[in-house]
Amino acid sequence: MPEPPSSASRRGPAAIPEPGDFVQAGELSIEPDGRIPPRRARLQIGLSGAVLLVFYLTAVFAPWVALYPPGEQHRHSPNAPPTLVHPNSPTRWMSEGLLFVYPRRMTDTLRRRYEEDRSHRIGLRFGARGRLLAPERASDEVFLLGTDALGRDLFSRLVYGSRVSLSIGIVGVVISLGLGTIVGVIAGYVGGRTDNLLMRLCEILMALPSFYFLLALAAVIPPGLSPAATFMLIVVLMSFIRWAGFARVIRGMVGGIRELEYVQAARALGVPDLTTMFRHVMPATLSYTVVAATLAIPGFILGESALSLLGLGVQEPSTSWGSLLADAQNLKNLDKYPWILAPGVCIAITTMAFNFLGDRLRDRLDPRSVPRP
Amino acid sequence: MTVAGSVASVPGSERILEVRDLVVEFETERGVTRALDGVSLPLLRGQTLGLVGESGCGKSVTALAVLRLLGDSARVVRGEILFDGLSLLPLAEREMRALRGKRIAMIFQEPMTSLNPVFTVGDQIAEALRLHERMGKREAWARAVEMLRLVEIPEPERRASSYPHELSGGMRQRVMIAMAISCGPDLLIADEPTTALDVTIQAQILDLLRGLRSRLGMSMILITHDLGIVAVEADEVAIMYAGRVVERSPTRSLFDDPAHPYSAGLLASIPRLDLRTEQLASIPGVVPDPAHLPSGCRFRDRCANAQPRCAAEDPRLVEFAPGRSVACFFPVSERARAAAGNGAAE
Amino acid sequence: MSDSTSGPLVEARGLVKHFTVGRSLLGRPREVVHAVENVDLAIRTGETLGVVGESGCGKSTLGRLLLRLIEPTFGEVLFDGKRLAALSARELRSLRREMQIVFQDPYGSLDPRMRVGAIVAEGIEIHRIARGRRVREKVAELLHEVGLRAEHADRYPHEFSGGQRQRIGIARALAVGPRFLVCDEPVSALDVSVQAQVINLLQDLQEKLGLTYFFVAHDLRVVAHLSHRIAIMYLGRIVELGPRDEILSRPRHPYTRALLSAVPNPDPEGRPQRVILEGDVPSPIAPPPGCAFHPRCAYAEERCRVERPELIEGGRGHAVACHVFPVPTNGAQGDEARAVPPARG
Repeated sequence: MPEPPSSASRRGPAAIPEPGDFVQAGELSIEPDGRIPPRRARLQIGLSGAVLLVFYLTAVFAPWVALYPPGEQHRHSPNAPPTLVHPNSPTRWMSEGLLFVYPRRMTDTLRRRYEEDRSHRIGLRFGARGRLLAPERASDEVFLLGTDALGRDLFSRLVYGSRVSLSIGIVGVVISLGLGTIVGVIAGYVGGRTDNLLMRLCEILMALPSFYFLLALAAVIPPGLSPAATFMLIVVLMSFIRWAGFARVIRGMVGGIRELEYVQAARALGVPDLTTMFRHVMPATLSYTVVAATLAIPGFILGESALSLLGLGVQEPSTSWGSLLADAQNLKNLDKYPWILAPGVCIAITTMAFNFLGDRLRDRLDPRSVPRP
Repeated sequence: MTVAGSVASVPGSERILEVRDLVVEFETERGVTRALDGVSLPLLRGQTLGLVGESGCGKSVTALAVLRLLGDSARVVRGEILFDGLSLLPLAEREMRALRGKRIAMIFQEPMTSLNPVFTVGDQIAEALRLHERMGKREAWARAVEMLRLVEIPEPERRASSYPHELSGGMRQRVMIAMAISCGPDLLIADEPTTALDVTIQAQILDLLRGLRSRLGMSMILITHDLGIVAVEADEVAIMYAGRVVERSPTRSLFDDPAHPYSAGLLASIPRLDLRTEQLASIPGVVPDPAHLPSGCRFRDRCANAQPRCAAEDPRLVEFAPGRSVACFFPVSERARAAAGNGAAE
Repeated sequence: MSDSTSGPLVEARGLVKHFTVGRSLLGRPREVVHAVENVDLAIRTGETLGVVGESGCGKSTLGRLLLRLIEPTFGEVLFDGKRLAALSARELRSLRREMQIVFQDPYGSLDPRMRVGAIVAEGIEIHRIARGRRVREKVAELLHEVGLRAEHADRYPHEFSGGQRQRIGIARALAVGPRFLVCDEPVSALDVSVQAQVINLLQDLQEKLGLTYFFVAHDLRVVAHLSHRIAIMYLGRIVELGPRDEILSRPRHPYTRALLSAVPNPDPEGRPQRVILEGDVPSPIAPPPGCAFHPRCAYAEERCRVERPELIEGGRGHAVACHVFPVPTNGAQGDEARAVPPARG
């Protein structure tokens, strides 16, 4: 089926485009050098950055965002559905707040059904009781994401859990990339037997089936440790598994960086090797490291989630998104109380945000000093 | 294969290519940059135009604009490109594809990155033939071998089965040339075809191109920064600076009597084997940042002849002798000054 | 110009450099790149020795060997009479002050993460040439010397153009006060008008500071402008060597003649007989037997295929490695008439 001629060609020969006519120079929305157009890139960076900022701020200010302590049980409201939030009419803003909810009453204790009690209104104010958004009275129960079988507010647990999940990414990446960089730079720059030794060590570590190894190590963590110590131990274990992969990549990069002219210039000047390694060579690996970091953080988050899911991660009263997801394993639960998937959604969003950020960062950090012809 | 009927080409045009007042802008993270600011270039059939300029002058952008190969972040704001009377800018991509390779061809500076490493060179040449000439596989392969022979690659039957990495730089460039001329284009655009090559290989390639041009009756645009090459290979020379054409002349006239101070400066700063000088004449300063162009004439910050008028007005390309134009109020060529009747002597 | 006090400043004796590339599974015969083969050189104080050749000829490798940035496979390098190989690490480090290098790539030769001032100051600090405020003063002086301004020290390399970055590279090299400078294609990546600026700068500095240059380039025009003597290299060997004017007016080696005629001269009328070489620049991995140039040589004789010609000096300080066109020892004339003898076969 022949296509209709484009409107432009109907104009006849020697038609001069009007100012503002956009002439399609190509069909792909990717630049010849593989980058995405600046506008889309800015959008991605902006959105991802904003999302992550919100998440991390929430984690830092958890006690002021969450409505209840993570372990607090509300036995009379087990498996409650999320309290629906309604916007208030402006006339009530002063008296009640911008938003309000109807409290829920359980109507069927056996089947755990709830209904909104429309006779009462509970206003939600920003800044009430020192929190971001809360009802005036502590006794008014608002479960923004519902509760679990023990009546614990899922929203609060999510917020507190984000502390573990989000920070594990950062700490883990710092340790594994830090160690990986040092080993990689030394191996790549010095070469010879040192390189050989270090790389074979890395290969041995990489050959271990990482997840099972992690499981085995996690299983032998003494149960009596404080939550903080458990957390650190888990992070260290996960980093221990990952640093070798980074070291190998960085060592490969350093092989090339070493031949760069400014590194040779440093040698020609007589700069000692150690200084050259950490002043000139290592910063050149940053373009990879930063991107690898943003892309590895989700890996740590997911790893911790997997551990917690299996009961090997942080223990109660600490929560993490992974342990929260353990509840969602039960399909019956999932079917009846779909809101328990919320932690999974958070993990997915965080992972996507880091991935977008990492990709755009990589584009930006590519050598841009090549002049145009 | 003809292009969609509603845009017929005007037969027998004397000018194979006419670029008129082309303005191209790029969108970058730092805002909009104007890469070409009113470029006009005519090219007569059978002639070779040397397009000369330094980094950032826009010569490659001009070539890519003609072939409509600029990326998405480029926009043609104004101007016309006429190929054999046919206006190129309004064409649909499909129609443009029919022209590329068949009637207008381009060879690039880096033959290694312009050839696909996973296909044999024979396949790559045959691809163009099968696409445009609708040849069958075997016929296309035979023709590809002929092309390789035409570009003087020894043992073409065997070489056609080689991969690009098995060939030297000079051979790869020959393969690129073979690909470009395989469908008998009317116009060949060569963007710095010899810059990446050793000087003895450069001589071979230029020799080859010269032979092919006369044999196939091709017109050519030769883009380079080396005035020495242009002196021998081009019939006409256009000198570009900061997105504009500042001088256009037949080759001999340009070298004998350059009009624009920039052209004169360029000529003087080339070290020569035949002349001995103590110091090389150099042009002070650097090419201006397109985001921060000086008012008036863009070259005035570096020009020894700059007058107050140069800061106030922007000189346009003006013809001062048959076939010779210059964009300057105070050209260094006697002839230009006389013709312009500018009387504003220093 | 040349201050011949006591022997050459830099000397190379029998320098050979082989690189091994490619790997077979069990590390058996890999491929050997014959980068530099048996090079003898002597560079006098205050002179510029220009080295020309095409890719794979080994000129850049030779430059780095002279500075001991890479170790020779055989042979030795002497600086001011001292054998570089015999120096301890500390002595070598301190000798580095006397010999520096300027690189080709203005975009790769400066650490993009360091400010210009820090780049130039690095050598000064490493060798404790100055301390504290004096360092900043010295950096300002050096920047001034190369045609930049003191305030440029606070900026980053990417804020400068190619020509300016080369100037920064030169300032960095000068910072430690060298006597000998290896210039490895310092202007090849620059635009023509900027190239002239940097060439002029290098010449001025040589006069002012009494520097000795080993100037590598592939553009014969540039080398011819700057050099006192010129060496032509092909596949790791010097095939012709002599004073600039000698080489330009009375080239002997067929390769030299081809190079000279291949250089594009901005003169539409003067089209000298172009010697177009057949074939490609060969790879240094498998150099041909006998004279390395014989496969491309229009004058090759039987002897050339079998026996490698030595670099033999004739009259006027002119040496050539060719069986067919040696340098006449008595400085005989008649060279002009034989300038382009008819090709054989």
